[in-house]
Amino acid sequence: MQNNASAGSFTAVHDHHGEAHVAHNPALLHHFAAPQQQRDAASLGMWVFLATEVMFFGGLFCSYLIYRRWYFSDFAAASKTINMYLGATNTGVLICSSLTVVLAVWAAQTARRALLVGMLVITMLLGLVFLGIKGVEYREKFEEHHVPGASFSFDHVEIPGHPGQFANPRHAQIFFTLYFVMTGLHALHMIIGLGIFTWLLIMAWKGRFTPEWHTPVEIGGLYWHFVDIVWIYLFPLLYLIDRH
Amino acid sequence: MYFAVFFALLAGTVLTVFAATLDLGKYNAAVALAIASIKATLVALFFMHVWHASEKLTKLVVIAALFFLLLLLGLTMSDYATRLWS
Repeated sequence: MQNNASAGSFTAVHDHHGEAHVAHNPALLHHFAAPQQQRDAASLGMWVFLATEVMFFGGLFCSYLIYRRWYFSDFAAASKTINMYLGATNTGVLICSSLTVVLAVWAAQTARRALLVGMLVITMLLGLVFLGIKGVEYREKFEEHHVPGASFSFDHVEIPGHPGQFANPRHAQIFFTLYFVMTGLHALHMIIGLGIFTWLLIMAWKGRFTPEWHTPVEIGGLYWHFVDIVWIYLFPLLYLIDRH
Repeated sequence: MYFAVFFALLAGTVLTVFAATLDLGKYNAAVALAIASIKATLVALFFMHVWHASEKLTKLVVIAALFFLLLLLGLTMSDYATRLWS
């Protein structure tokens, strides 16, 4: 570069290109100007994906709101049969896992490999606890014949606050359909999240993540937090319609 | 900071369960959704680093997602709430 002036311009440009290759950050891909731009591009892409996920769940929330307006007392009666304490515990479990995820991202940023591996493991364990509790909850619903279908039964269940008035089983079945579709889809996202985190764990174990490049940890973290946010809305809407 | 948000989220969960056991009439749903929205905002701003996002486009995408969700829910519900269905 220094002999730019003395050497022919063609070779000078060529040399400059060669030097730039040696000097530049190995974690930086060619089509990005700077590491910050590369990170921003990755998280922007993830946010665009999450925006489509918002609309994906949004359609279900929309149908939930319509039916809840129409059949409020039946929804309230059906909601009351779900185990609120299991749901509340699961909310706490997911919030804890969100904390371990941000700590994992921080560990990756500051090159703390052992902490990163530990936090990823705890996050996955919390995810498994969530799914386990969900399984217990689903089993209760199966035993009570509250699963929509041929053996569905919701006879003589009183509407909260209206003694002697029974909920309409057909309307209650719509609630349980929404309950299983929404929590089921959420659980599917949790299972996919566990798959992503298994891969992150292997990469972290091998020491692939550096403060310069840990994009997968950040992107995987965004996904996990999004799934947490969906649950933050599902919990009060499905479990706590009319509990007083 | 992360721990402060964490405890705020846990407190919000306890508050949601407590608020659900009170008889607030029409406002039970509004209170539950308000608490959920505060919790979701905390997660997005601090855990998902939207607050400190260096790229304005990221914030734009977040706002666009919210905008279209509110458009979906708002327009649908305003229709269902103002029609005579019976």
